[in-house]
Amino acid sequence: MKNDFIGEAGDRELHQALANFRLSVHAWSEAAYSRPRMAAAAVRRKSWRPAVGWALGCVLAAGSVAGGLYDRHHRREMAQIAAIQAARQRQLAAARRAREQDANFMAKVDQDVSQEVPSAMEPLAQLMDGDTNQ
Amino acid sequence: MAAGTAIDPMNVEAPEELAGQEFARVVEIHRPQIFRFLLASTRDLDLAETLTQECFLKAHRNWTRFRGESTAMTWLMRIAINLEKDHWRNRRMQFWRQTRNNAVDVDEASEWLPSGERTAEQQLLAREQVAKVWKAVAGLSERQRTVFLLRFVEERELGEIAAATGLSEGTVKAHLSRALGKVRGELGGKS
Repeated sequence: MKNDFIGEAGDRELHQALANFRLSVHAWSEAAYSRPRMAAAAVRRKSWRPAVGWALGCVLAAGSVAGGLYDRHHRREMAQIAAIQAARQRQLAAARRAREQDANFMAKVDQDVSQEVPSAMEPLAQLMDGDTNQ
Repeated sequence: MAAGTAIDPMNVEAPEELAGQEFARVVEIHRPQIFRFLLASTRDLDLAETLTQECFLKAHRNWTRFRGESTAMTWLMRIAINLEKDHWRNRRMQFWRQTRNNAVDVDEASEWLPSGERTAEQQLLAREQVAKVWKAVAGLSERQRTVFLLRFVEERELGEIAAATGLSEGTVKAHLSRALGKVRGELGGKS
């Protein structure tokens, strides 16, 4: 010790213990001071590990939510397309039926008209039939 | 300007450069001592390193304002003590936060002892003594511990301890006396 202090003198065991304590702290400090500075990197790694874990967790959660939403949206879209196609099919069938009905009606009208109105060449045909009989 | 540092009058380098060189020398000389004091105070390697870094960062920022009223070591020690005080205060204030505590236990800290010329029995005895002193130190108040470590580990004069802690020499003596009483008690002697 550099100066006398109360209680320091006359106590051999205390002196010895304090000297050993000083040597111990110095030895520990020297060893710690000259160690390779791995602890800082380890601490940093420890600190970013949970952050990366959280980030990955968030990405996975967001991915599954987005996937679910996309799947739902896709299904809804497909159902809409199917409904539009069915409606279109129904419209086409109705139009085809209407066209067929119109054609049948026109054919019937033509038939009726041709029965009621004599052919323009009918008198000439009758004359020719009379000449042939003579 | 740092106390006790001589500057070559023929040196024509810029004052900032000179101050930088001077500070680098102060770091080289005193960093191991500051680290040792903080390690003994906290028993935590990572915390001691962090606080040592902060101490020299703060010292660097204020280096131009250092007038040399005390030695550079005393000035640095005062910064380190204040940083340590702030650290514990912040920890107490933020008690709801989960803070890491990497402090090694007393037995682990006692493992460090230079082998020297001692016999195995002497080594064992010394280790036991060191463990008892650590146990006593762990039971000291913050101020008593600081004063005790500055005196018996760093071997600082009472005046230097008073300057570094901002206490009067009488108060330093009183703290030392109480700390020694506790160490004696732990060693099994009279307290």
